[in-house]
Amino acid sequence: MRGTTWKLLGVAVCVAAAGVLIGFYVSALTQENGSPSYSVPVQTSNGHPVVHLTIETVAAVGPKLSPGSPDFVSYLIMEKGQWKRDTVWRVPANATVHVTIYQFDGDSGLRNPYLARPEGIDGNVEMVDGKPLDAIDPADASHTFAVPAYHLIVPLPGVADNAKNQCGYAPCAMSNAHHTITFTFHTGAKGHYRWQCFVPCAAGWLYGFGGPMQTIGYMDGFLNVV
Amino acid sequence: MSAPPHTPQPGSGWTVHAKRVLVAWIVLSAVATPLVWFLLGPALPPGKGSVQAAGQVFDNTVLVAFVTPIISLLVVFFVYVLTQFRADPSAELVDGPPMRNDSTVQTTWVAVTSVAVLFLAGFGTYELLKDGAGGGQGPAPIAKVSGRNLQVQVIAQQWEFTYRYPSYGGLETSQLVLPADTTVELHVTSLDATHSFWALQLGVKADANPGEDNIAYVQTKGARSFDIHCAELCGLWHGYMYDTGHVVPASQFTAWIKQQQQVFASVAKYMPRYSTIYYPDPQRRGG
Repeated sequence: MRGTTWKLLGVAVCVAAAGVLIGFYVSALTQENGSPSYSVPVQTSNGHPVVHLTIETVAAVGPKLSPGSPDFVSYLIMEKGQWKRDTVWRVPANATVHVTIYQFDGDSGLRNPYLARPEGIDGNVEMVDGKPLDAIDPADASHTFAVPAYHLIVPLPGVADNAKNQCGYAPCAMSNAHHTITFTFHTGAKGHYRWQCFVPCAAGWLYGFGGPMQTIGYMDGFLNVV
Repeated sequence: MSAPPHTPQPGSGWTVHAKRVLVAWIVLSAVATPLVWFLLGPALPPGKGSVQAAGQVFDNTVLVAFVTPIISLLVVFFVYVLTQFRADPSAELVDGPPMRNDSTVQTTWVAVTSVAVLFLAGFGTYELLKDGAGGGQGPAPIAKVSGRNLQVQVIAQQWEFTYRYPSYGGLETSQLVLPADTTVELHVTSLDATHSFWALQLGVKADANPGEDNIAYVQTKGARSFDIHCAELCGLWHGYMYDTGHVVPASQFTAWIKQQQQVFASVAKYMPRYSTIYYPDPQRRGG
């Protein structure tokens, strides 16, 4: 075999090896970003799928659920009686979703007051500690639960600064100061919909929008509607 | 000094080659240019969803049609050279003919390319100044568009666009709906990072910078939907910062505004007075 042929063969092998390595890298990234989605248990009502999402928001996720970033603000979801830091949720298409959020964090305030109004949920009204609200004071917002593709947004009021027995690290106990927010929305067609918080709630980061707000798995995730 | 043996010399053979290339170029251009103008041109993006979008299609068609004869010449030249002047691998390697200055060719080349570039510069400038071509023109636009005018503010934030209608009491919405056959004055700004508002089928693209009022004009035509994207890498969810906007008949637009005003009422008391730019508080947790 001539020298040129060997060179060409060498280049081809190197290119193929680089391709395989890039493939592994992309695959690993996909796994990391997607993370295993939590399949929310499905019930049926008159043949119609119904799911219950139970979520909490905490000021600091704690070393147990996030050893690398224990100070990150975060959403958590209840899975089989345990609070987990999973933010990719699998729910059925055309289903009714009843959401309960236990909000343990203090307020940060919204940069855009318009987002202080619930939208995209039944009646455009959220229940806060059993009281129906069609808006909250934007300055009192701690977080939002929003699915922009559904034009769904629910502002979550913060725990008062002087509240007693505030939660330090997650998981928080129900005896800690908190608000309970409930609302209902409906999924549509199958798809991959991101959800996020719109409040600049990342303490210590530029405009409050770095750290956990720029990292999947804390203040944002996906609704995988199947 | 005499030429070395076996060196080809320019002569009548070169004239033959030039004539062949010229004829092939004219034929290819005569076929390709109308195809570009009549077939490719109308299919070019962004479509004809607005006066500005249609203008962009026209501009793109003119540019592609203009460049078609130039590309045709290159293609013909390369194909001809590659097929007619292939060296025999077994022949002895010799120098080519000496290259000499030809002032006629040089003058023609400079004149033709100068005219071409000046035409394109003039054409582009005229088209840009005519109506702004759907681009952001900053806070003091040069190319203003007159007509039945509706002002709409586009507010970018991580990671969603919202819209304010100052002529309807500062109403803000999460969806962009525009009336048909209307000149819309878009004021694009941002509350945090740099974004870019891109309404694809309307031919509108304007940067959204915090503390800046970037004005773009669009003249809507008939009812239709259009895609909205952020066109500036703006953070984690930039790729998901998209939506669908709608151009609707005037009566439908009026009804939609009334409906939005009702749902907006609950938060109206918290809204800041309409302004072309905002420096929002709070940043209580920001570093």
